[in-house]
Amino acid sequence: MTATAEAEPEVGAVESFTVTLKILRHDPDGLDGREPGTEYWEEFEVQAHATDRVLDALHAIKWEQDGSLAFRRSCAHGVCGSDAMRINARNRLACKTLLKDLNPARPITVEPIKGLPVEKDLIVDMEPFFASYRDIMPFLMASGPAPERERLQSPEDRERFDDTTKCILCAACTTACPVFWTDGQYFGPQAIVGAHRFIFDSRDEGEWDRLEILNDKAGVWKCRTAFNCTEACPRGIEVTKAIAEVKRALTSGEV
Amino acid sequence: MTEHEYDVVIVGAGGAGMRAALESSQRAKTAVLTKLYPTRSHTGAAQGGMAAALANVEDDNAEWHTFDTIKGGDYLVDQDAAEILCTEAIDAVLDLEKMGLPFNRTTAGKVDQRRFGGHTRNHGEAAVRRACYAADRTGHMILQTLYQQCIKQEVEFFNEFYVLDLILDGDPQAAADGDEVAVAGVVAYQLSTGEVHTFRAKSVVFATGGAGKVFKTTSNAHTLTGDGMGIALRAGLPLEDMEFFQFHPTGLAGLGILLSEAARGEGGILRNSEGERFMERYAPTIKDLAPRDMVARAMANEVREGRGCGPNKDYVLLDLTHLEPKHIDEKLPDITEFARTYLGVEPYTEPVPVFPTAHYAMGGVPTNVNAEVLRNNTDVVKGLYAAGEVACVSVHGANRLGTNSLLDINVFGRRAGIAAAEYATSIDAGPALPADAASRVEGMVTSLRETVGGSGTERVAQIRKELQETMDMNVQVFRTAESLAEAASVVRDLRERYESIAIHDRGTRFNTDLLEAVELGFLLELAEVVIAGADGRKESRGGHYREDFPTRDDENYMQHTMVYSTPDGLRMDWKPVVVTKYQPMERKY
Repeated sequence: MTATAEAEPEVGAVESFTVTLKILRHDPDGLDGREPGTEYWEEFEVQAHATDRVLDALHAIKWEQDGSLAFRRSCAHGVCGSDAMRINARNRLACKTLLKDLNPARPITVEPIKGLPVEKDLIVDMEPFFASYRDIMPFLMASGPAPERERLQSPEDRERFDDTTKCILCAACTTACPVFWTDGQYFGPQAIVGAHRFIFDSRDEGEWDRLEILNDKAGVWKCRTAFNCTEACPRGIEVTKAIAEVKRALTSGEV
Repeated sequence: MTEHEYDVVIVGAGGAGMRAALESSQRAKTAVLTKLYPTRSHTGAAQGGMAAALANVEDDNAEWHTFDTIKGGDYLVDQDAAEILCTEAIDAVLDLEKMGLPFNRTTAGKVDQRRFGGHTRNHGEAAVRRACYAADRTGHMILQTLYQQCIKQEVEFFNEFYVLDLILDGDPQAAADGDEVAVAGVVAYQLSTGEVHTFRAKSVVFATGGAGKVFKTTSNAHTLTGDGMGIALRAGLPLEDMEFFQFHPTGLAGLGILLSEAARGEGGILRNSEGERFMERYAPTIKDLAPRDMVARAMANEVREGRGCGPNKDYVLLDLTHLEPKHIDEKLPDITEFARTYLGVEPYTEPVPVFPTAHYAMGGVPTNVNAEVLRNNTDVVKGLYAAGEVACVSVHGANRLGTNSLLDINVFGRRAGIAAAEYATSIDAGPALPADAASRVEGMVTSLRETVGGSGTERVAQIRKELQETMDMNVQVFRTAESLAEAASVVRDLRERYESIAIHDRGTRFNTDLLEAVELGFLLELAEVVIAGADGRKESRGGHYREDFPTRDDENYMQHTMVYSTPDGLRMDWKPVVVTKYQPMERKY
């Protein structure tokens, strides 16, 4: 009933190849005589198909070779934001990165995203990231009695913040930011994206509360426009542009 | 072991769980336990829209919506529940808008609406624009908006806490009709540490989502393993209508990744290998916008009769090439990107290979319209609630209409949150947790840990693969007594082999190897329930199609299946459908 390549390998067979993954492991339990927290590289070889993603290769390792390999994943098609990781030195979602697009002739390196405490293998502590998101008050603020029907908003006003509504909180942008890596205080690009989504929403009245927060020394002025965040975003959000719009609002005093 | 105490514990942080939390946390001390992070929940993968008869773009009303829901569900819908769903739909959408949800807008600035399968004007005259939407990211926007409101209300979350047991005071099967059985709490496994926690609670809300991973080809997340349904079954509670599983017509061929029905709502057309718009033969009036069960069956039938496409002739094509690229970008940006990313197909110029994918469990933990969980056909478990895909109210009957699930989680999530909090504040104290409350979970965790390096030779992933393959082969769009017997035999064998599994991770922290073994246990038991229901229902209705009983049999089967797990195996019972004013009629579109 399903469309699988295995059913009739001779017709329409999907190209198959061998790929090596070089994974940065982190052992929190201290097994095999290691100190708890030891980091080490480990290589795995897996058979892959042309349609396989890095997540498929990680599953092949976990399910067939080493069940202790730990990583987060859920939806497996780029909408839940669980599996951001550093693949060949670039932040990406493992479920959205096809192996064939990575030059499978060479080992593919896989590391946890940088700048957040590593908990085990590719799993990091997301709490500092979510704390920054909470800090910018990411919820609609509107005064007065709620209207009986919906608040009206023109398609043009709706379009103004469309790009930043796409954020899935995967942390690929924030953990690609060189300022975030070295500065423990910086909110990071995602928090600014999260704020942008409300600052430029015509229904919201909390824009100056948020802009005030982002005007802080841990805020938007830390950005050095390295563009790493925009390149890292798996949703194609123009993060650097959003940050620039927030900076402009602060300098001009107009939203 | 750590002990906690709350008025209300909500299990699951998708749309239903967070909608419940927003109500409950205003009224009572509430904790939300989730095995993921809230924003990872699969509500976020829902695409096309949320139905409500706002009548913002054309004439519409809740009664038409109710009728469509009942007819779409092939008359297995409980009609009192459908009336509530469709009447409260309007406020459910307006509430989300007031919370800040960025809906697409009409030129007048109102929430925009579009067409979706099975939603019609005046009892089937023509397709109606009823789905409120935000591009093809409606679920994402709902999940984000609810999470944002939870942040605002400072809802207390326990992230990556995997609930594994439900503690009841009283035996739900041994108790006589009318006797009180009440909830005492839940037991959870903390993924980051391996520690077991007990949560005493006056009320518990299950909002754990679906079980799509019993099938191989599915739109569901890896984490949708039917945990809540499995826990309820093990606690002695029945599961309702589990034979009804929705196969969404347009999964990316071979991968199962969902391409929203909105693609057809916006004008997309299904074609076979001859280029024919074959839905004209199956549903002459609304064609490609027929309900999902009919479209999925039609697609499978085209393939069976040799009109499939591709080298293996095993899929059909979703054609969007006649739509303006600008229109596609505005209304369907994500799904067209999926086609590009995963199949390398450019939807502007090439049709997209699609085939049905296991999508949604219409059945689940039975509840009444107040989201109270039933322990038999009439008695509720005091303090226990369920909402969303884990639950069966039943508003979807034998086949859910597209956009009614995002509606369901909001309407019944809200109802569950209010009811749970009101019950919790109305009683002084619920039952105490027994001293050995954690023993079952601790025993399960310990015995799985002991399999590391033991004599077990079976791998979790291998058993899961074989389970999913037999379910796809034998329990999918077409079913027969023989195929179901074959599946039952395979699953029986797999359950035996499951006793000999070995896991490989010796660690206590983030032991996802252990987690997957637990999840597989639930999947195996739920597969048996699906098969038992499908075997017992000797008719064809909605998503359940028996080739050996190809017609609907209203005389014998205007009833829900209720399957119980007992020491002697599964026991099947029946519960009559609630009919208010819509008598069953032939389902033509």
